[in-house]
Amino acid sequence: MKMTKIVRTTADLFFPFCLVFGLYVVVHGHLTPGGGFQGGAVMATGTALLLVARAYDDVTGRIRKGAMKACEATGLMLFLLAGLGGLFHGRAFLGNWLAQAGGLFGNRVELGANAGDLYTGGLIPLLNFGVGIEVLGGLTVILLYMLSGIKEEKK
Amino acid sequence: MMDTFVMRHLPALLIAVPLLAAFVMPLVGGAGRVARNAWVLLGALATSAVGLALAWKVLATGTVLYVFGAAAPHVALPMDSGGIPIRIIFQVDALSALMVVIASLSSLGITIYSLAAESKQSGLETFYAMLFLLVAGVLGMVSTGDLFNFFVFLEISSLAGAALVAYRVDKGVAVEAGLKYALLSTLGALAVLTAIGILIGQYNALNLATLASRMQFTTLDKLALVLLAVPLAMKCGAVPMHFWTPDAYTTAPSSVTAFLVVSSQASLYGLFRILFTLYGPLLSWATFGWFLIVLGVLSMFVGVTMAIPQKDVKRLMAYHAVSQTGYMLLGVGVGLAVLGNADALAKYGKTAMAGGLFHIINHAMYKGLLFLTAGAVFYRAGTRNLNKLGGLGHDMPWTMVCFMIGALAIAGVPPFNGFASKLLIYESVFRFSPFLSIIAMIVSILTLASFVKVFHSMFLGPRRAEFAAVREVPAPMLAGMALLAVFVVAAGLAPQPFIDRLIQPAVEALVDRAGYVAAILGGI
Amino acid sequence: MSSRLLLALPYFTVVVLIVLGLAVMLSKRNVIKILMGVCLMESAVNLFLVATGYRHDAVAPIFTNVPAGPMALPTVQALTLTSIVIGVATSAMMLSFAMVIYRKYGTTDIQKIQKLKG
Repeated sequence: MKMTKIVRTTADLFFPFCLVFGLYVVVHGHLTPGGGFQGGAVMATGTALLLVARAYDDVTGRIRKGAMKACEATGLMLFLLAGLGGLFHGRAFLGNWLAQAGGLFGNRVELGANAGDLYTGGLIPLLNFGVGIEVLGGLTVILLYMLSGIKEEKK
Repeated sequence: MMDTFVMRHLPALLIAVPLLAAFVMPLVGGAGRVARNAWVLLGALATSAVGLALAWKVLATGTVLYVFGAAAPHVALPMDSGGIPIRIIFQVDALSALMVVIASLSSLGITIYSLAAESKQSGLETFYAMLFLLVAGVLGMVSTGDLFNFFVFLEISSLAGAALVAYRVDKGVAVEAGLKYALLSTLGALAVLTAIGILIGQYNALNLATLASRMQFTTLDKLALVLLAVPLAMKCGAVPMHFWTPDAYTTAPSSVTAFLVVSSQASLYGLFRILFTLYGPLLSWATFGWFLIVLGVLSMFVGVTMAIPQKDVKRLMAYHAVSQTGYMLLGVGVGLAVLGNADALAKYGKTAMAGGLFHIINHAMYKGLLFLTAGAVFYRAGTRNLNKLGGLGHDMPWTMVCFMIGALAIAGVPPFNGFASKLLIYESVFRFSPFLSIIAMIVSILTLASFVKVFHSMFLGPRRAEFAAVREVPAPMLAGMALLAVFVVAAGLAPQPFIDRLIQPAVEALVDRAGYVAAILGGI
Repeated sequence: MSSRLLLALPYFTVVVLIVLGLAVMLSKRNVIKILMGVCLMESAVNLFLVATGYRHDAVAPIFTNVPAGPMALPTVQALTLTSIVIGVATSAMMLSFAMVIYRKYGTTDIQKIQKLKG
């Protein structure tokens, strides 16, 4: 089953925007509503969009199941290792050992109302990244699996 | 240095190690069979080592607290929190330690067994990832001190359990059982979540100790109690909510079934924790004690009577599992019924609870062993139908010995561990109500009769032509069975050290509600 | 009076959704529709959790350009998110089971797929 050219082109155009918006939600997870799961789900929506607009085989050429499974494992590993990192800094598991330590997300949080600084939060953005990658992988694998079922029944 | 570091973070490692094992599994799976098996073995050994070390630490030094995300693992009440625990806290007391020991020993045995038993299946990375998730879920359920965290681990173990039940598609039958299990678990978990919503809406807390200290027992709390107790009773397979057990236990791979038994006992732990610690003295002792006793007697009797006519050996064992759960409910129920009466509690109440809790660990071992032997028979003979099996004792002597040990233990024959715990239950329950004790004995006799029949139709008789190719199962499967069998025999020959070191502290922990609260809130 | 009624409205909705979900689960024979009933009940419980977290005079605890005044503790919202994530996982798994069942049995009618009895 193929949609018209208009639908396919629009889906192709929207796909990168889905990814970028998902990434935005992941990155700003510690400042605004959203976070790893929501952003990952937004990114996976891009795959759903392509799957609806195009034929299944067409999509699997671009988005590979193996890569997505690797994404899933990598995201979970990142989460776990970030959590274990606290142990080596005298803190508990998932203790925020990166907060206010300088570095990428290590700025001090200003007190009171402010516009929000992206480079704060320490461990939390890292955990968001982990979850985001994991959810992107996991949901995409589920989508690919379920829509492959539809294809088989068509035959 | 290293060992103090590990000892300090044991509760975190208890969850992190199996999760790490599960998450790396898809990556290791690509590196070949040997690498995968080595990783599985390493993960299982590490998990069990952490579990046993944690239990040892708890029994040696008292309740272990672990505060996730804190500046230091033992700071339950941060300076700026206003006297409220704001983080997820693992609170491992002696009762949790008992459950951790069960899960550790059992998971090690079944993992070694499954290395050989599942080797012919495909998609093994997923299988082992799910198995480790199931182990992590069960370990989390029994060691967390946070109600919502308990719900999350309950869901993890349910999801992984359902996926494992459906793992061997088996013409769709296994998937059907998996769907049934998943559906019921989800409904149960939704009820638990609603109860959590009711509690947090009233008391603004999720920590069990904090909730216990604030509990008012309003009408809403009573509703929450029902919403917590009924799903947990369902998940532990108590009659009349046992209908999922035979399907799930039968169709799951045998190694998984052996661990599903442990997972349902984690729900049993949850039920006891809710009744004793969360609600505690606000309950009417007699009413809820009798609630557990009635559930227990029903489970014992209905389970064993449903088991006798079964033709499928695993289905038969599943009904026996329901029946044996009844003993645990009966023992602890008698303890709960006399909890308000210090005299009766000291005379026989604590002995009954000790019997019930000792039966939990014994049951996990001998029932796991029985399911593993059933899996071994299925592995070689290719059928679970008792009418078609026969004469396997000639070719599978070690499996037969393991089966005999398990069968005699479940029937409560001395000198196996089932006898040790059942004796405690008979004695103490007799002083509470002779009638209940007699029912328990009759159920044991019926169990023995049922297993004599199974033993006869599986192992005895002449060699059969269709089983000419049957040999003894591979060494890893025997090793897994032997690990559990050794425990069954050891705990049967010398039960007293187990009771003194492991069971009595657990009973004290279950009764000592104030101690559980004080461990977090510092005696407020 | 009307504001109190308004505050109770989410709880009424929760009850209505739970009853609807249960009704769907018990009256339908199609596995997919039963799973839809489960999802309906999941939504009901999530709504219940969020509703318990409402504080009349507090603002959402988002620090970007926040007005002065008390903030609501977002614990229940965090719980709801977790429960949504778990809900996604359970729904996906049960739907895949339903797919396998359809492939093996050729039907999604639960009356016809009950091979497990006894």
